[in-house]
Amino acid sequence: MTYPTLYAICGVVLFGIGFYGTVFCRHLIRKVMAVNLMGAGVFLVMIALAARTPSGAPDPIPHAMVLTGIVVAVSATALMLALIRRLHHQTGLTELPDQMEH
Amino acid sequence: MDAEWAMTGLIMVPLAAAIVVYVTATRFVAAWGVAVAMLQTGLTFSLTRSILQSGPVQVPLGGWEAPLGIPLYADGISALMLIMTTLVGVTSTCYAAAYFSSLQRDPRRSSSQPSIQTFWPLWLILWSALNALFLSADVFNLYVTLELITISAVALIGLAGKAQALVAAIRYLFAALMGSLFYLLGVALLYSTYGTVSWHLLAETVQPDVLTWCAASLMIIGLLLKTALFPLHFWLPAAHANAPAPVSGLLSGLVLKASFFVILRLWFYVFHPVMPASAGWMLSVLGSAAILWGSIQAIRQQRVKLMIAYSTVAQVGYLFLVFGLACEPMGMLAWRGAAYLAFAHASAKAAAFMVAGSLMYMVGSDHLDRWEGIGRREPKLIFTLALAGVSLMGLPPSAGFIAKWLLLNAAIGHGRWEVAAVIVLGGLLAAVYVFRIIGVSLSSAVPMPEVAPVPRMMRWAPLVLAMAVIVGGIVTTEPIRLLEIGAPPIAAREVAP
Repeated sequence: MTYPTLYAICGVVLFGIGFYGTVFCRHLIRKVMAVNLMGAGVFLVMIALAARTPSGAPDPIPHAMVLTGIVVAVSATALMLALIRRLHHQTGLTELPDQMEH
Repeated sequence: MDAEWAMTGLIMVPLAAAIVVYVTATRFVAAWGVAVAMLQTGLTFSLTRSILQSGPVQVPLGGWEAPLGIPLYADGISALMLIMTTLVGVTSTCYAAAYFSSLQRDPRRSSSQPSIQTFWPLWLILWSALNALFLSADVFNLYVTLELITISAVALIGLAGKAQALVAAIRYLFAALMGSLFYLLGVALLYSTYGTVSWHLLAETVQPDVLTWCAASLMIIGLLLKTALFPLHFWLPAAHANAPAPVSGLLSGLVLKASFFVILRLWFYVFHPVMPASAGWMLSVLGSAAILWGSIQAIRQQRVKLMIAYSTVAQVGYLFLVFGLACEPMGMLAWRGAAYLAFAHASAKAAAFMVAGSLMYMVGSDHLDRWEGIGRREPKLIFTLALAGVSLMGLPPSAGFIAKWLLLNAAIGHGRWEVAAVIVLGGLLAAVYVFRIIGVSLSSAVPMPEVAPVPRMMRWAPLVLAMAVIVGGIVTTEPIRLLEIGAPPIAAREVAP
């Protein structure tokens, strides 16, 4: 197994852990971290696969995509935190209520 | 040349306006919105005319060709989606202008209500991102535009400020981000296999192997979560029902169609030679379940906005019937039906949400008990709701009828009687909840209720939209001709098992 493949598999495992956390963690901050872990997993896959070119020189396009992805992840995290802070300020909740209150 | 300017303008004009109104914090923010709406109408018209005359247009931005540059691409279905966005966008802009200015004038309401200064930049960015998505020619750009749409849509729900709306917005944001990351992982796998993100090039080189199949599944599962196909619809009703009045229609009408459009693009233009027919059939089964489940839930609701939101769950189900029906010899009918239904549902649902928003503004609640007799006070609004309802039920003459008729013909042509039965049953169930709202609001058992006056534009904007749905059921040759331009090669598809 080559190093890039190993890293790519690590990325998929991270993605899976993050997915589990996003679905099953109750605390909202844990959920935010789990979503970010999913994102980190995808970025790791992209970086790892960029190294698998025939010439051996890394492919710059996935790197550019990861940069864009990081920008998106930062903005999304900021929005998540802002909403969670507002919710906590108004209601004191740190978890989403179980039953769907319409 | 004209078409190139139109395509760039459709994306840049709202984006630039969003930045200007945010940075300058101008008092005339609604005027900026209306000006953008007028420009967008002109640009959409000019682009559509050019596509009708000379076929699909591709523009390399800044002169950089793929794979380095970011190309834009417009064909018939993009044009139809842009027309849909412009129609709903322009009416929502007028509606929102009236809604927010009357909130500002009324001191009793303004304290707890969303601020006008934050609505406009978010809505203009959402508009720009929607247009960019419909014009994207590569799968990574589709990811970026999907994220822009998600972030601005979630922030728009959060504007309502109440705890319920915040909970709904957070739940929606987590679901949508998970969906985006599934999609992005699929993009990474596709790029590593084929070395391109342009869907034109992918369509030429795609092979039926395990990695492609994994990538396709990841991308489509992520998008299903964003489109709220049953059983992944858990976030939708609360998010759409608790959003501010002008926002609900945008969410149900446009935001869902964006991720549906991406599925349509990927499925029919890229993956259709390599996907097993059973996968498409599975989406149709989920769609049928969504129609029945969403309609029954809609009938059971006590709050009108929730009823309309569950109706969206059902109507999204109709859109997914196409994936099981898109094979020889009736595939073209199903494809046209689904594309036209996206248009019909956007207009009808946005009109219904606007009517609900206006009546909620007058009564102060959207509980159905509080609406008794309100139709005798506001016949125009209830008439508008009835027109939108005609399309949701799929009765002639309406765009919804044409779309569902095409789907029904495709289902019968394939001998899929169970699908045909679901299409008809869904229409009947829609009639139950539409007539329930109309019946209660026209009830003469109570004295005519005293209500707050509503700005005139909040009556006219939904009526214009509802009339457009009816016109879309009468004038059909032009939209169908538009859909022929750049239509996918469905005829090459084998018959489902």
